[in-house]
Amino acid sequence: MNYSLLTLEILVTLLGLGVLLAGLWVPAGARKLIGYGAATLVGVILTYAIGGASPADGTAFGGMFVVDAMSNFFKGFFLLAAVVVLLLSLDYADTLVGYAEYCALTLFALVGMLFAASANDFILLFVALELITITFYILVSFQRNRIASIEAGVKYLILGAVASGFMVFGTALIFGSANTTNFFEIAAKQAELTKSPLFLTGLLLTIVGLGFKIAAFPFQMWAPDVYQGAPSPTVAFLATGSKAAGFVLLLRIAFGVVPDLTAQWSRLFLGFGIVTILYGSLCAIPQRSVKRIMGYSSIANAGYLLLGIAAASLNGSAAVMTYLGGYIFTVLAAFAAISVVVAHTDSDDISAFAGLGQRSAWLATALTVGMVSLAGIPPLAGFFAKFYLLRAVAEHVMIDKAFLVALLVACVGVVISLYYYFGILRAAFFPRHAPDLAPIAVSSTAKLAIILAVAGTVYLGIEPEPMVKVAQQAAAGLKTLPEAPQTAAK
Amino acid sequence: MSSLTPLLLTPFLGALLVLAVPGNYRVILRALALLTGALTAFQAIALFAGFQGGSAELQFVQQVEWIPSVGLSYHVGVDGLNIGLVLMAALVSFAAICAAWEIERQVKLFYFLLLVMTGGALGAFISLDLFFLYFFNELALVPTFLMLGLWGRGEQKTYATFQITLYLTLGALVALTGLIALYVMSGVNSLDVLVLKAALAEKPLSAQAQTLIFPLLLLGFGTLVGLWPFHSWAAPGYAAAPTSTAMMHAGVLKKVGLYALIRVAWPFMPVGVAEWMPALALLCLGNILYCGWVAMRQRDLALLLGNSSLAHMGFCFLGLASVTVLGITGVVVIMVAHGLLAALSFALNGYLFNRCGTTDMDKLGGLLRQMPFIGTAIIMAFMAGCGLPGFANFPGELSVMFGAWKALPWFVVAAAWGGLIIGGVYMLRAIRSVVHGPAKAEFNHVSDANYWRRLPFLVLLAALLWFGIQPDSLVSRIQPSVVEIVKAAAPAPPVPAAPAAVAAAH
Repeated sequence: MNYSLLTLEILVTLLGLGVLLAGLWVPAGARKLIGYGAATLVGVILTYAIGGASPADGTAFGGMFVVDAMSNFFKGFFLLAAVVVLLLSLDYADTLVGYAEYCALTLFALVGMLFAASANDFILLFVALELITITFYILVSFQRNRIASIEAGVKYLILGAVASGFMVFGTALIFGSANTTNFFEIAAKQAELTKSPLFLTGLLLTIVGLGFKIAAFPFQMWAPDVYQGAPSPTVAFLATGSKAAGFVLLLRIAFGVVPDLTAQWSRLFLGFGIVTILYGSLCAIPQRSVKRIMGYSSIANAGYLLLGIAAASLNGSAAVMTYLGGYIFTVLAAFAAISVVVAHTDSDDISAFAGLGQRSAWLATALTVGMVSLAGIPPLAGFFAKFYLLRAVAEHVMIDKAFLVALLVACVGVVISLYYYFGILRAAFFPRHAPDLAPIAVSSTAKLAIILAVAGTVYLGIEPEPMVKVAQQAAAGLKTLPEAPQTAAK
Repeated sequence: MSSLTPLLLTPFLGALLVLAVPGNYRVILRALALLTGALTAFQAIALFAGFQGGSAELQFVQQVEWIPSVGLSYHVGVDGLNIGLVLMAALVSFAAICAAWEIERQVKLFYFLLLVMTGGALGAFISLDLFFLYFFNELALVPTFLMLGLWGRGEQKTYATFQITLYLTLGALVALTGLIALYVMSGVNSLDVLVLKAALAEKPLSAQAQTLIFPLLLLGFGTLVGLWPFHSWAAPGYAAAPTSTAMMHAGVLKKVGLYALIRVAWPFMPVGVAEWMPALALLCLGNILYCGWVAMRQRDLALLLGNSSLAHMGFCFLGLASVTVLGITGVVVIMVAHGLLAALSFALNGYLFNRCGTTDMDKLGGLLRQMPFIGTAIIMAFMAGCGLPGFANFPGELSVMFGAWKALPWFVVAAAWGGLIIGGVYMLRAIRSVVHGPAKAEFNHVSDANYWRRLPFLVLLAALLWFGIQPDSLVSRIQPSVVEIVKAAAPAPPVPAAPAAVAAAH
């Protein structure tokens, strides 16, 4: 077997184990060193991964594990998100009990994401997702002295376990009907399999399980509570890495395994997308907690991404990847600011952000870039991502009028989202009464995280061409995608 | 490289330079912003002078690939439709920078935003790729919101900021949906106006597609212009905005929506135009009559000007609904004239607010004695607002009415009534209560504009008078392009242009 295909996974696993061991020997006063070391080494692995050293395409473990353009595309983003999250976690090094474990668990979650990007078998899919989810159970409830954090952890545990149950059941049904769990083998006989109700039920249950991961309606209920209660760096990772991992699997199943069925089910994805957008956008309006708003915003964004999957075309899946790329940078920029403010003020209420424009230029910049890009305003990454995604949706308007509804709902969703994103910015820049205008000191690691995230958001907004190209290649690599939209289901 | 790119880059480079200067060097910041504005204006004047009239060809064209995999490119050029608008935008920007002396807090950020807004507005007018048109328009809108929120005036400012943000974004997004639909359904994988034009000349959009896309564009871009009944953001927004922002938005940015409609919706969707013409004619009466009526009831000068500006937009929509060369030429003339006039009016309004502390007309009065220059400027601006010959608005409105007479005679009657009578009533009343009447003791201390502060008013007045006395300098440039547009928009042979009517406007 060609182990070089697994270089990244092996390196990150070793790093995680190393960090775990280091936690035993490094004295309590110097534990920040662990965070610095982990962030630096993940950064090194990231440069190694994008520096052309990534292995040629191929499969390992008897076809369970695949390396292709799409897996490489996502692995870069996962590694990057981990670097930023580790940098942000350094602000929490003194308050988190067992900081070395926190870093190690973050790295193990990263390993799960890397495997998810390469999963080519329902079993590996399940194992990778469980690795992500189980580490997150702990990461979410890591602030054991805060009741909100424990509560969030329990909620995530219960709902996550239900989702896993769905997925196992789905996988069992798929294996029962297809006699294999390998994606390629199932794709080869999809024509007959998609006639089997057993297979369809199994697939649907698997999609439900993924729906939990990406926080799509009606499997979204954990997101706001967990986002609010969990430590901010964890939320940043949950909102970027975990969500993207769910989408990479959804893309692979939808377009790599059963593309014909996806075209038939486009109305299903479309419906979920529309409801998810509306639910996320509307529920965010009355919220006062910024982290909760980000939870609802994450739901709404899952809705936009589902529209891209519903488009079931080359442009649709390339748009989903482009969107995720921009979204990861954007959310990291927003959370870099949120994380520092929450660590400093110990509150995530909008009022804690009042007067941020005068308190810290760094945080204000990161927050503004994050919110403006999330709202889809040029020249930031979020704008081009939305444009490209809506374009993919628009290709279907003449074939199926439901797509027109989706387009208009997406527009309404964007306008509603402006209200709550700008509500945060309004507090930051035009506070009615700011009790405390003392400057907030931003650590140099947080500054580095902000620079990375903001630079990425701006760059992808001004020069999206390279990413679009890679995303289109990755989408084309996913077998049998139609160039133009196919006739949608009636 | 075409001379349009330096014109576009000047304000952005100026904005970057402003960022590099420390915030407490106010004189340097102001000088830098003024220099940038002046450079932009000179370039635009040179461009306007160098533009060859009498041809519908695009001039000063430049194209650079941007995202080839999605078919987007940076493509700029001017023809009759936008050359006047570019000149107007540059002049108004310069005047707006001059008028920014009133800003006292965070001067650096204000000039930065103002220059970005200038660049965005110019970019939107010169872009031939519709993605960039949208991109630059949105880029200019972001500073609008920030300026309203940070430097706005009045108790309603937060509400007005939110209202204008949500309205304009919704409008822009609906228009974007229409543009994306056009992009996809034309089948050319491009948003370039020239590519679309060539492709749609070969194979026009199906009637079904046109009836789908046209209303999206009309209502989306219409909201940006303040088409009745999507206009309610405008008057409170302008009343709450700092002077320079109101000048830039009412004068320049509002015209982007109209420009996009003339550039895209009319030539590419003749079926849509034919279907929506009656509805548009009715909606434009909403602007002319309803908003005029509302303006009559205002006691606050800023709200009066905001509503009057909406009433003027009604004439533009009437001209568009006429689909005649004369009518649409008139629309473009009004767009230029109204841009200058709206900026002038809001600059005067801002000056009064700063000197007298109020724009409530019941409290103002007799100001002509105190400030002869500003008072005279107010009289001239308001007279231009009710369509006095000699100012640039007059030929525009007259051409629109002549152009629309054949197709929509009763609407023209209503518009003339609304525009001339109602407009006359509120403008004359405003003149009476602001500059005439007994002098009030509390305004004894207010001073007239000094020579330096007269500059923005003089620039705008001079341009208004020049185009009022020499409308041919605009019309000869505009008309050839409009002929092309009307040829595409009206399936029947277009009504031959009547130079006599334009001549009558002189």
